[in-house]
Amino acid sequence: MQDLGIDLLFKGSNFLRLLNGLWVALRISLISVVISIGLGLLVGALMTLQNKVLKVIMRIYLEIVRIMPQMVLLFIVFFGSTRVFGWNISAEISSIIVFTFWGTAEMGDLVRGALISIPRHQYESAQALGLSTVQTYVHIIIPQTIRRLIPLSINLITRMIKTTSLVMMIGIVEVLKVGQQIIEANRRTSPNAAFGIFATVFFLYFIVCWPISKLAGFLEKKWS
Amino acid sequence: MDWTAIKEYLPLYREALLLTMKIGWIGILLAFLLGLLCAAILHFHTPILRGIVKIYIELFRNTPLLVQLFFIYFGLPKIGVRITAQTCGILGLGLLGGAYMAETFRSGLESVEKIQTESALSLGMSPLQTFRYVIQPQAVALSVPGFMANVIFLLKETSVFSAISLMDLMFTAKDLIGLYYKTTECLFLLVIFYLIMLLPVSLLGSVVERRMRHAGFGD
Repeated sequence: MQDLGIDLLFKGSNFLRLLNGLWVALRISLISVVISIGLGLLVGALMTLQNKVLKVIMRIYLEIVRIMPQMVLLFIVFFGSTRVFGWNISAEISSIIVFTFWGTAEMGDLVRGALISIPRHQYESAQALGLSTVQTYVHIIIPQTIRRLIPLSINLITRMIKTTSLVMMIGIVEVLKVGQQIIEANRRTSPNAAFGIFATVFFLYFIVCWPISKLAGFLEKKWS
Repeated sequence: MDWTAIKEYLPLYREALLLTMKIGWIGILLAFLLGLLCAAILHFHTPILRGIVKIYIELFRNTPLLVQLFFIYFGLPKIGVRITAQTCGILGLGLLGGAYMAETFRSGLESVEKIQTESALSLGMSPLQTFRYVIQPQAVALSVPGFMANVIFLLKETSVFSAISLMDLMFTAKDLIGLYYKTTECLFLLVIFYLIMLLPVSLLGSVVERRMRHAGFGD
């Protein structure tokens, strides 16, 4: 193990630095996910409306998000906006913008799916029982929608966390970049550190994402 | 917008597109085969292998491709496994995709109701016949939307390859921006080329999905 860089983790504050880097990535994804879920609820509700113009706009928005890699969007916001509009957006803000843009579309689609998956007869039965529209939504539709949505939005969190590893490419010092720095700094004394350090980063991501996706799977099974 | 510059960059982007497509599609093929194999192992309750497959799926579904590539490309050579950037890209995409495909196929197989297997067996079909004529056709239809979504996801993920200095679209754009500082033109071309690569697949996905929606049986 001496040669593979595991020992480097315990030298100085290396491991703490890695954890700090992980937190930088997590913070970006958590902020984006919170905004995305809020906006996604709104967008999803908008998507179920029968407005032609709105439908076309939403369709284009979804298609852009579906097709463009997040990395391309990151480059457009981070480098493109500076060039075209002369804005000076920090790397962290631009990644939050991009991930929110992406997450809102994903969440909106989930909300739309959950809303239209409620069978028509539920609305009709509620009406037949004499419930008002507001009552129908509050007591019948929304509780069921939320049950379907919670596991899916938890899954969105893990996807968001995995995608934030990209922010390294626009110069944010997150866990992978810190790993690289540690490897570079110890190039002479432990030339094989890349193995141990990148394996550690790999497992750090796994430790963060795995329990969250397990929770999502558990809730999905429990409520289905 | 500087059109002469765009004309000048066009061949470079075309080359990058070809490379990206090549790695992407070979990787997806690998992912497809790996996914089939893993789903079969899970479906038929193969001992030992089942455990390995489960660990593999959890590991690769819960880590980003970028981290996987860094580990394969920079980490593995330190213990003597040396591979080229292209092989690494294909391998990384194949392993990541395999885990996703396996999940899709498995859930496709699982969502064929148990009563169908039981009915087929009680009609006197052998387990092999049951699988071939009853389960498999339905499972394929049920897996198609997930499969198409995975293909698009994997093609998008190829943008990460620039990190291991493969000359893909992203790398070319970044390189040209650094060299000539024509950011707008380079980003414009980048978007256009990703559209060329992904729009047909996405449209095909929508069509296939719509057709397969009627494939449900018994519900």
